[in-house]
Amino acid sequence: MSMPGSSSAARSVFERLHSWVVTVDHKKLGLMYIMYGLLFFVVAGVEASLMRIQLAVPNNHFLSPQVFNQLFTMHGTTMVFLVGMPIIFGFANYLVPLMIGARDLAFPRLNAFGFWLSVFGGLLLYFSIIGAMGMYGAGSAPDVGWFAYSPLTSKAFSRGHSTDYWTLGVLVGGFGSIATAANIVTTIVCLRCPGMTLMKMPLLVWLNLLMCGMVLMVMSPLTAAQIMLLLDRYLGAHFFDTQAGGSAVLWQHFFWIFGHPEVYVLIIPGFAFASEIIPVFSRKAIFGYPVMVGATVTIAFVSFGVWAHHMFCVGMTSVGNTFFAISTMLVGVPTGIKIFNWIGTMWGGKIRFDTPMLFCLGFLFQFLIAGLTGVMLAVTPFDWQLSDSYFVVAHFHFVLVGSLLFTIFAAIYYWFPKATGRMLSERLGKWHFWLFIIGFHVTFDTMHIPGILGMPRRIYTYEAGRGWETLNLICSLGVVLQAAAVLIFVWNVLRSLIKGQRTGNDPWDAWTLEWSTTSPPPEYNFAERPVIRSRRPLWDVKHPTDPDWKYE
Amino acid sequence: MTTAATTLAPEAAAGQLPSKGRVGMICLIIAESAIFTIFVAAYIYYLGKSLSGPTPQEVLRLPLLNTICLLSSSVTITFALGALGKRDTRRFGFWWFATIALGAYFLVGTGVEWRHLIYEKGLTIGTNLFGTTFYSLVGLHATHVVVGLVALLIVMSLTLARAVKPEHVERLDVLALYWHFVDGVWIVVFTVVYLIGR
Repeated sequence: MSMPGSSSAARSVFERLHSWVVTVDHKKLGLMYIMYGLLFFVVAGVEASLMRIQLAVPNNHFLSPQVFNQLFTMHGTTMVFLVGMPIIFGFANYLVPLMIGARDLAFPRLNAFGFWLSVFGGLLLYFSIIGAMGMYGAGSAPDVGWFAYSPLTSKAFSRGHSTDYWTLGVLVGGFGSIATAANIVTTIVCLRCPGMTLMKMPLLVWLNLLMCGMVLMVMSPLTAAQIMLLLDRYLGAHFFDTQAGGSAVLWQHFFWIFGHPEVYVLIIPGFAFASEIIPVFSRKAIFGYPVMVGATVTIAFVSFGVWAHHMFCVGMTSVGNTFFAISTMLVGVPTGIKIFNWIGTMWGGKIRFDTPMLFCLGFLFQFLIAGLTGVMLAVTPFDWQLSDSYFVVAHFHFVLVGSLLFTIFAAIYYWFPKATGRMLSERLGKWHFWLFIIGFHVTFDTMHIPGILGMPRRIYTYEAGRGWETLNLICSLGVVLQAAAVLIFVWNVLRSLIKGQRTGNDPWDAWTLEWSTTSPPPEYNFAERPVIRSRRPLWDVKHPTDPDWKYE
Repeated sequence: MTTAATTLAPEAAAGQLPSKGRVGMICLIIAESAIFTIFVAAYIYYLGKSLSGPTPQEVLRLPLLNTICLLSSSVTITFALGALGKRDTRRFGFWWFATIALGAYFLVGTGVEWRHLIYEKGLTIGTNLFGTTFYSLVGLHATHVVVGLVALLIVMSLTLARAVKPEHVERLDVLALYWHFVDGVWIVVFTVVYLIGR
């Protein structure tokens, strides 16, 4: 008797899954990108935690050196390619069409193609753990570091196929990124609703336009370098083969021509989230909109001329060192302008300290510190001392965790009600924020000091008596707080999906177009094509006697 | 608030936004240009750094006829689209076929050149840095020619099935943009490999 009922229930689950797998809807794909990123975020977090357990005490044998090498390689590669990129593309996918009043991205099927390529790249990378034994029984997961310096990646030093999984996984994911970036640029250029001139776009759209334009130019050098590496390993070419006159340093140039702008590709969407959230929770329009656009264009431009500051120790000419030191310091100017503009937005505003705003405030503070240590590392002789030390590790975790991840959390708390129709719990959100920010500072503030004391990165253990023990233990203890915070976050999401307070279209009293449609939005986004006259169309609707377009 | 609330100023006219096919293709071209830039940079960086022969001066011959054919195909594809714009599908088919023939001649020419280099001069991708950079740069370009030819051939078979109509001119224009890019890259490759590097 129960057979028909249960089989129809099973079918409906199957049908629902099927509808997600075959979808070309930008909202579903956006959510899948974000879920895919969050899944790998947990994986990479576990990898980081294992490394911190290993380093908590000196002379530890919790992990073998081989496994430690694999863990830091996989942690770095995962965080950049399988966490950062999917999540920022997920938000761009979800938000850009809604914010510009479009029905979908310009090429919906290309969008699905890009997403599934990224998924395939990620799975290929992790398949290495079981599939890379190769003929020599060597290797499993890649262990050459996330920037895979040559000649460590040559056949002679990297037996088996672990490096090939790294190359192919990243290559395939890169094609997906290029496809999605082209799609988003085209959407923004071609599908804006009537009235939305370039200078009336929400800042998030502007910044994603620049981010995707950069992706087109920076993923390609990496793609080219990966092709060369494959040719070296499989067809006996000599690009990075020093025995045949090739140059190992050339790989470093090619990698960092990708690698440094990539940092800005990741952080510019973080700026974008902050630029949408801070005004709403300060109850003021963004301060200095045109300057914000100009500063981001400047950052995008300058970021292509700074890559070799990763290579000060490799022995460049003094002219080269000077050029890259100066260009790197130059980045501080437009980023400083942005920080002042965010503060200017808050200045005199009626600030509401909800969870999204708290994470943005954390971002502002930590991004400032990250910028300051960045300027320190741009000083070439200072970098000679601290390159490849834990000071550098602390610096870039301030950028990628303290800044990018904080804004991603802010964005999730801010747009969760739009995507699901339910609020995340504010009480759990506050716990999440405070535990995470305390844990973050315990770990990464402390981590600067062993770096200054000379502790190199990527060592699997260290001797007692160097003065690094207590500091490393404190770093590791901070991880406990961060892990607890992430668990609270996961619990918050799962619980709020079922029991979260139901919300209307516009729970934050915000001003951009995505809040004018239902939560969650219908498949067609807008019943009628919106027409706008200012940067804050919903302000105009809510305040017909005092609309923005009179002043802009 | 309802969705209707945002449609507040219907008088604001929609400006003419560019065609999404063209913009999408331009994005792809930007990404592809960056890939080629890296391969060209590697070629130039490794010029004269090979530890053993053969050198470009010894073995490379100027592929003039090849170059003329490929560059002419950019002209014929423009004629083809012009004919389609004037609703002359017969002339479109003729010029489209000419484009394919010229592209195919280029590929055959490259094949003959590579055969000469491999069997008579003993230059392979593993011989020296010149071989490495030469085959990968020219090969990357040839791969793009192959992709372009496949797309051109699909359109050709649709033309023979009388499925290509004048209203398709905008889509074919996107394909033509790619083909012009492939030709443009050859100008760079030709200059770097056969004029500067020889």
